[in-house]
Amino acid sequence: MSVRIQAEPFDLGAEANAFAAAQAGAGAIVTFTGLVRDIAGGLQAMEIEHYPGMTQKAISAMVDQAVLRWHLTGVLVIHRHGRLAMSEPIMMVATAASHRAEAFAAAEFLMDYLKSRAPFWKKEITATSSGWVASKDTDEQALSRW
Amino acid sequence: MIDILYFAWVRERIGLPRERIDTQAATVNDLVAELSAREERYAVAFADRAALRVALDQELSEFSAPLDGVREVAFFPPMTGG
Repeated sequence: MSVRIQAEPFDLGAEANAFAAAQAGAGAIVTFTGLVRDIAGGLQAMEIEHYPGMTQKAISAMVDQAVLRWHLTGVLVIHRHGRLAMSEPIMMVATAASHRAEAFAAAEFLMDYLKSRAPFWKKEITATSSGWVASKDTDEQALSRW
Repeated sequence: MIDILYFAWVRERIGLPRERIDTQAATVNDLVAELSAREERYAVAFADRAALRVALDQELSEFSAPLDGVREVAFFPPMTGG
């Protein structure tokens, strides 16, 4: 189980391959990657702020919960902070299990919790303005299914 | 003494990322009232408490929570990770 909070970019393919190589006996791996998307007005950059003391702890607690709920052979979470350009990977989650249902469920659980319980805040910057991304009610509601 | 941290637009409205203050506030609500009475920028930042979240010693908490033994309080908008 690994949680990494970093400013540096990561190589999705290399991370996925290294993760897969470490999952002896697993039959299924799910990976999800979130990218910086364009917005109306043309995104120039995204600034991601986080709460350094809390971020690692909060995400590790989510991973602990996932491990209690599903039989997972491995979990990897990488989340970046700082200034990112359009289309850059922001974060990734990888889960490994014997069967796909558990790997999918654990990845969705982790994503739902990362969205609204990990202390990150995104700011979108265009040529003429900047604004904090608002949280969505649907993100909060998504937690109720777990 | 207690450390208070601000993130995202809360940090921008108050104009600083963190400060250390001496307070007798018993709960987070009391602390918010005390800060809001201090200066307009705090009152503006704390105007809509429903739009804010609070963490005590790096754990999400409630505005009604007591501050006994708490060393670090953080105020921020709802999180937008992922």
